[in-house]
Amino acid sequence: MQDKKNLPIGGVITKGGTAHEYVTGGWKKLRPVLDKGKCTNCLICWVMCPDSAVIVEDGKMIGFDMEHCKGCGICAEECPDKVKAIKMEEEAD
Amino acid sequence: MAITMTKGQAGLTGNSAIAYAMKQINPDVCAAYPITPSTQIVEEFSSYVADGAVDTEFITVESEHSAMSACIGASAAGARVMTATSSQGLALMWEMLYIASGMRLPIVLTNVNRALSAPINIHCDHSDSMGARDSGWIQLYSETVQEAYDNLLQAVRIAEHKDVLLPVMVCLDGFITSHAIENISLIDDAEVREFIGEYRAEHSLLDTDNPVTYGAMTLPDTYIEFKLQQSEAIARAKDVVSEIGKEFGKKFGREYGLMEKYRLDDAEVAIVILSSAAGTTKVTVDELRKAGKKVGILRPRLFRPFPFREIADALKNVKVVAVLDRVDSMNGFGGPLFNEVRSALYELEKRPKVISRVFGLGGRDYTVKDAVQVFNELVKVAETGKVEMLTKYITL
Repeated sequence: MQDKKNLPIGGVITKGGTAHEYVTGGWKKLRPVLDKGKCTNCLICWVMCPDSAVIVEDGKMIGFDMEHCKGCGICAEECPDKVKAIKMEEEAD
Repeated sequence: MAITMTKGQAGLTGNSAIAYAMKQINPDVCAAYPITPSTQIVEEFSSYVADGAVDTEFITVESEHSAMSACIGASAAGARVMTATSSQGLALMWEMLYIASGMRLPIVLTNVNRALSAPINIHCDHSDSMGARDSGWIQLYSETVQEAYDNLLQAVRIAEHKDVLLPVMVCLDGFITSHAIENISLIDDAEVREFIGEYRAEHSLLDTDNPVTYGAMTLPDTYIEFKLQQSEAIARAKDVVSEIGKEFGKKFGREYGLMEKYRLDDAEVAIVILSSAAGTTKVTVDELRKAGKKVGILRPRLFRPFPFREIADALKNVKVVAVLDRVDSMNGFGGPLFNEVRSALYELEKRPKVISRVFGLGGRDYTVKDAVQVFNELVKVAETGKVEMLTKYITL
């Protein structure tokens, strides 16, 4: 945090998009692992991720933003049964 | 209620006077849920809204928790916001009260003092607002309908002052002040507008060109600094309350300070008491003075922030003081006003003796006879130098 004597009144954050700068992925127990060979780029995981932690470029799913992923496993659960391209692995392993 | 005015004088109940002041203030947003004994404030103000007499967006909500939540959202959007409640209503607002003050939102709330359940009771005592005394709200206690009206107008200025930016609670006694008709002086609409001025918030949630976040999380690295910032702001509010009370006096002829001292200068014994019960005590003091007894009253008007230096200074020459609380802190050691007055006096080299008397809970009458008994007890302590009972319930 900047100069503590000049903190904004009442804790107002005076610009947008600051959640991205704040790293919150440190507490996950499980991490998602993508098997690119199986992935069909349906992007259901991108739609369902509550933390916007699925990275998509040019319409293709390319991986996860591990600095914001909490390891909830929704992406793995929602990945279609016929595909199952995402597996949750122990962070400790 | 139709208001008939003759030369600026009108006979109004406390509730009607507050609703009328709100009409004159014309806030941007009012979110409220009616509750006895403050119901008529919300009822009459909603009539002003329905009649187009104000521009206010009136939000009908399902509870007081929602009322305060809506007030917080609207205030964060940059609106001038007001509400009113009592008792359980204020209690239901509890967690949101802290959020309003922590986010430094200048919301103005009228609290018509009423006892808290259980047992259920709709009549006056101060358990509601005194329970909220550490919620970070500035608190003003009004003795009369006139003072409640005047306090509400000043509250807008105090809350929005750049050195303060905190919510303000204006308290008046349920039924005793809220429902009694008093002949009061009303200020002209244009003069009210000029006195309160326009409110321009530093930030607005609706300003999409300059997006802001309110209510973000803070961790151990900054939370305490925000609390210090808030603590300094409420401490500064004391001088702001004084300044605005003086300015109000210059403009409208009724000056207000942090407290009222009644025949206190040469008093040997004194009662410290809030709100309407001070009126009864004043009559008692006048009677006892006729009999040659040196008695006086200190009536704090500002309770939060607590003007501890000024209170100690006002009582430094008194021998014995009784602090009368219309609420019990349930701490086994007297009411909140007693605790704070006594603590303030500790700074003095030569301190008066101070006793606690809890009175009038749940609307029990406090009469001249009760005040006489307290004064007699104080005189006895002054003579003997001995306190027989430090804390006691009276008006039983």
